[in-house]
Amino acid sequence: MREFTYLRANSVADVPAGATIIAGGTNLLDLMKLEVMAPDALVDITRLDLNRIEPHEGGLRIGALVRNSDLAADPVVRRDYPVLSRALLAGASGQLRNMATTGGNLMQRTRCPYFYDRRMACNKRDPGTGCAAQGGVTRHHAILGASDRCIATYPGDMAVALLALDAVVQIDGPAPREVPLADFHLLPGETPHVETVLKPGEVITGVTLPAPVGGEQRYRKVRDRASYAFALVSIAAVIRMEQGQISHAALAFGGVAAKPWRDGDAEAVLLGREPSDALFAQAADILLKPARAFGDHAFKIPLLRRTLMATLRDATGLEATA
Amino acid sequence: MQIRLHVNGDAHDLDLDPRTSLLDALRHHLGLTGTKKGCDHGQCGACTVLMDGRRINACLTLACMADDVQITTIEGLGTPDRLSPLQQQFLDHDGFQCGYCTPGQICSATGMLEEIAAGWPSHVSDNLEGPFAPSHAEIAERMSGNLCRCAAYTHIVAAIQQAAMAGSQREDAA
Repeated sequence: MREFTYLRANSVADVPAGATIIAGGTNLLDLMKLEVMAPDALVDITRLDLNRIEPHEGGLRIGALVRNSDLAADPVVRRDYPVLSRALLAGASGQLRNMATTGGNLMQRTRCPYFYDRRMACNKRDPGTGCAAQGGVTRHHAILGASDRCIATYPGDMAVALLALDAVVQIDGPAPREVPLADFHLLPGETPHVETVLKPGEVITGVTLPAPVGGEQRYRKVRDRASYAFALVSIAAVIRMEQGQISHAALAFGGVAAKPWRDGDAEAVLLGREPSDALFAQAADILLKPARAFGDHAFKIPLLRRTLMATLRDATGLEATA
Repeated sequence: MQIRLHVNGDAHDLDLDPRTSLLDALRHHLGLTGTKKGCDHGQCGACTVLMDGRRINACLTLACMADDVQITTIEGLGTPDRLSPLQQQFLDHDGFQCGYCTPGQICSATGMLEEIAAGWPSHVSDNLEGPFAPSHAEIAERMSGNLCRCAAYTHIVAAIQQAAMAGSQREDAA
């Protein structure tokens, strides 16, 4: 690990623009040990008062320092936003969830092995050096929204559920602002090293959720082993039915792009319709129309289709009535 | 930099490089070598300790960030002549082969049983409301952050289940 200056912030105003923020540290310290990240200064924000889960405009405000384990076990989250509990519980290990924070989880870096290996070309780690993943061994790589510069994915689970719940990220800094989670992460384009809209000197202070929408909520994660593994694909689904027809459909996808993915057209086709495999196939066609994969991870395109079909059957009760 | 660590009830003043992990501070600076270094990247769980009663990976924690919390290591859970209930069950069930992962397994299981007692659900729980029984499936899922290269998992799960049942019986009697 390279040397760094350790600072401790007592307020958001204490956070210097040039410093790298550390909270749970579970991803950052891993990357610093490998010298994939080598910040000159670390600012520890864990003493800031951002630990609360509280009511907010009919919904919920989750402080940026709320630990993943506390968020998953929160009684209100379990009752009103079960897809969020399920996504959190599907991620990492008990030890890591006890450290990882809400804000830090949004900022976690990709698990692309070429990003992790400093001997390999990586436009995300060292802009302009190329992308060794393309033509290399691929598995956890993108099928949607990738560019010729980068095919890495955002690896997390929590943010996938937050996206299906229409979460908003609260940001403090020189000009405090709120950013819908859908706009927080960026696709790689020409600049894969720029992963979010967060600017130097800005701090995530919390995430808000709108009033609960109820319905059937599912988090379905497909991975290489049953526990403690990153998603090959995952789906957060919030589906509400009225009189046999789908009246609300929010679908977010993990493990498939550089950001948690959502497709409004694939959701819209479901609305006002009775559940059927033909309808679900239509939604999958829309979702996967822009999907591209060259190499080993091309299997994720049919995998995502099957996982979406299964999730929709489960959430609409189609299997039970068929 | 000057750091005060509170470990197993004792305060220790240390002068450490900020890069020092909590794991290295425990092993190299305090001589508490019960906590083990396996992968040093949070994947194996051998370094698991309790921080204010919660299980965490000491390898992914900077010592300088842990100066105002109570840390409990395997040395603080029990002693050779006064074993913790989990330590006794690991012995009774032969819950190891080489023993390298064992301190992390026992610290992790100690924290994990508290999580079940607090009503925390897991990925394999049928519902999110609880209460949750320490079934084989629940323990296997909740302990997935602790690897055993000898694959003594069958006996590890049996030891933890026995400790969980003995613990709930003690609570019922109290």
